[in-house]
Amino acid sequence: MNEKIENIKKAFNEEMAKMKNRIIVCGGTGCVASGSMNIYKAFQEEYKKRGLDYTIEITKGCRENSTYISKSGCQGFCAQGPLVSVGDIFYTKVKVEDVPEIVEKTIMKGEVIERLIYKNPADGKTYAKRDEIPFYKKQHRILLHDSGRINPEDINEYIGHGGYQGLVKALEIGPEATIEEMKKSQLRGRGGAGFPTGMKWEFTRKSKGDEKYMICNGDEGDPGAFMDRSLLEGNPHSIVEGMIIAGFATGACKGYFYIRAEYPLAIERIQIAIDACYKTGLLGKNILGTGFNYDLEIRYGAGAFVCGEETALIASTEGLKGTPRPKPPFPAQSGLWQKPTTVNNVETLANVPYILSKGGEWYASIGEGKSRGTKVFAMTGKVKNTGLVEIPLGMTVREVAYDIGGGPTHGTEVKAVQSGGPSGGVIPPQYFDKPITYETLKEIGAIMGSGGLIVMDETDCMVDIAKFYLEFCVDESCGKCSPCRIGGYQMLKLLRKVTEGTATDKDIENIEKIAKAMQTASLCALGQTAPNPVLSTLRYFRNEYEEHIHDKKCKTGKCTKLARYEITDACKGCTLCARNCPVKAISGTVRQKHTIDQSKCIKCGLCFNQCKFKAIVRG
Amino acid sequence: MTQTNVDISDIIAKWKPVKGSLVMMLHAIQGKCGYIPREKAMEVSEKTGIPLSKIYEVLTFYHFFKLTPPPQYQINVCTGTACYLKGAPEILAELNKLIGIKEGETTKDGKYAIAGLRCLGCCGLAPVISINGKIYGQVKASQVKGILEGLDKGEKPA
Repeated sequence: MNEKIENIKKAFNEEMAKMKNRIIVCGGTGCVASGSMNIYKAFQEEYKKRGLDYTIEITKGCRENSTYISKSGCQGFCAQGPLVSVGDIFYTKVKVEDVPEIVEKTIMKGEVIERLIYKNPADGKTYAKRDEIPFYKKQHRILLHDSGRINPEDINEYIGHGGYQGLVKALEIGPEATIEEMKKSQLRGRGGAGFPTGMKWEFTRKSKGDEKYMICNGDEGDPGAFMDRSLLEGNPHSIVEGMIIAGFATGACKGYFYIRAEYPLAIERIQIAIDACYKTGLLGKNILGTGFNYDLEIRYGAGAFVCGEETALIASTEGLKGTPRPKPPFPAQSGLWQKPTTVNNVETLANVPYILSKGGEWYASIGEGKSRGTKVFAMTGKVKNTGLVEIPLGMTVREVAYDIGGGPTHGTEVKAVQSGGPSGGVIPPQYFDKPITYETLKEIGAIMGSGGLIVMDETDCMVDIAKFYLEFCVDESCGKCSPCRIGGYQMLKLLRKVTEGTATDKDIENIEKIAKAMQTASLCALGQTAPNPVLSTLRYFRNEYEEHIHDKKCKTGKCTKLARYEITDACKGCTLCARNCPVKAISGTVRQKHTIDQSKCIKCGLCFNQCKFKAIVRG
Repeated sequence: MTQTNVDISDIIAKWKPVKGSLVMMLHAIQGKCGYIPREKAMEVSEKTGIPLSKIYEVLTFYHFFKLTPPPQYQINVCTGTACYLKGAPEILAELNKLIGIKEGETTKDGKYAIAGLRCLGCCGLAPVISINGKIYGQVKASQVKGILEGLDKGEKPA
């Protein structure tokens, strides 16, 4: 119990209790892009117009019976945005024009506006309350619980919701006991590798050195992943608290937030949080009167994927070019400025305050096998409910993609789920009932990764996907070691041959050989894991590679060089295709079957997508 | 935004005492100048004692840093097959006539830059150009003048 924190908590909750209502407008990047900030302003204008009382900040001396109009961080249901909640009523796809009606009916009369509540596309059922929606109901939201409910720019609200109690606990029990608690929780690194966090901290703590450092890895660069950004933006104080606890436990004097420059909102919110901590006495000298001194500072990334690797990240934090170096020595022995350093991922650190305040045993009670706790995934692709989901580890892929994700978008079959981005692999349907744990994912050739989850269906070509990820890694290879620099490039050349129909079986053999060399000889994880998407698609979808090579066919039409379009007898001669063909390759007279001149056709697929009679086939 | 005569001495003074802050210093300079002009990199080198080669090692390693001033309008002309056949060369010729530069060049005043682009994947809209990321479809050479004039009036691309 710390008096200062308790007083802030009490004061905030007293002021909050004066409020009659609360309107929360989602201020996550997705909702902001669909116009939520105009809605935020429209609510204030509507209140003014009606002469109703409202406040946009909870400070000392709030008026009774007022309405608190606030922004929140990402609420996760990005496909349904902009999101607005009034008390526990949850509105989706809200427009500025809806604001007067919401104030009139919901605020003033307590009525639910049926048109704005979520309707499940699967069964047409409607839900007025957020927690009842299947997308949320099956999740286990610990980290995301407050993100979306609290104002991310207000330290008092974070404290009001029990924030900084984890730090108070850590300061009470001391560094060793804090590490013990972390070990009990069995939390493992959420950046992808899954190393036990408590053990990592202990290594740094036991390392000899007068100065020690903490680094938060916020260089989230996987295409399709946005968990860390949402956490940094949605609940910045939870990560700042995690950083302070980690610094205290490992014996660090200073911590750095390394955040990519492409995340300006995340940088802004973390800076606001750090400033508020200095003001409140949670950072700086003699923190909460315990004699512990600790500083936090932000460093910006500058657009290099390899900087997500910890030794490259350290070089970049030192202001140098971000290339990795061989390990050992590990950062715990010699890291930032050759001093013992702990590097933790954003999500890992966000778990820390909850583990300390609720206990390691509580955290370990969630999950399965050696994978305890929850994991946040950014689910995208061919699934109805895209967005941010937090699940207990051990849940099956099917539950995530179908129960939470709502199943495939167009009623087609899900062909695979990709996990781990450019370092990961695909999970084919035969493993959809396997639990999601570090071990099972590794076993089937995918990895947990940082949390990108991309659902693919029959319209996705596996060779094309593998090529996409490899292109990314080749682009981002730092060039320091040759297995990654040359291997990746050569492998991509072979893969391009497959997509163009000029490859032979020998090329696949060579791809596998190069992959092995990259995996064993690359300097860092970027090169070691870059072949994974290729190997995993080869393992489960070899038939697709063979189709490309032997039959010169790509069923999905994604590999355009192999596509061939033809008009069948189903053609009614409506002339739609001929009129729209960008290269005038289609000819024919009205009400007569048309034909495609293959020498002119550029395989853009426009006719195939437009034909109302399904008379065009792709071969 | 893109002048070289801006003063960066305050930026250097702020970051010089901070350990390992070269990347942060360069971020601040780019924020002020729009890119990192060579003379500013030399100024950093002189005042901090960091060799110019080291500064350029960092500048060229990261994608984020720009060594040339960004144009006010980046015009990308799709030269994929469909757009090529539907009139991309005529659009390039018209642009050349109007602003005097070819593909891959930037006007002296830094206002326009033209680049050819691989297929954007919207062949149905061919020919396609994009200006500062906004897409214009089915562009006729005769419309180019109007589009450029629209930019100056602050018109949003359709």
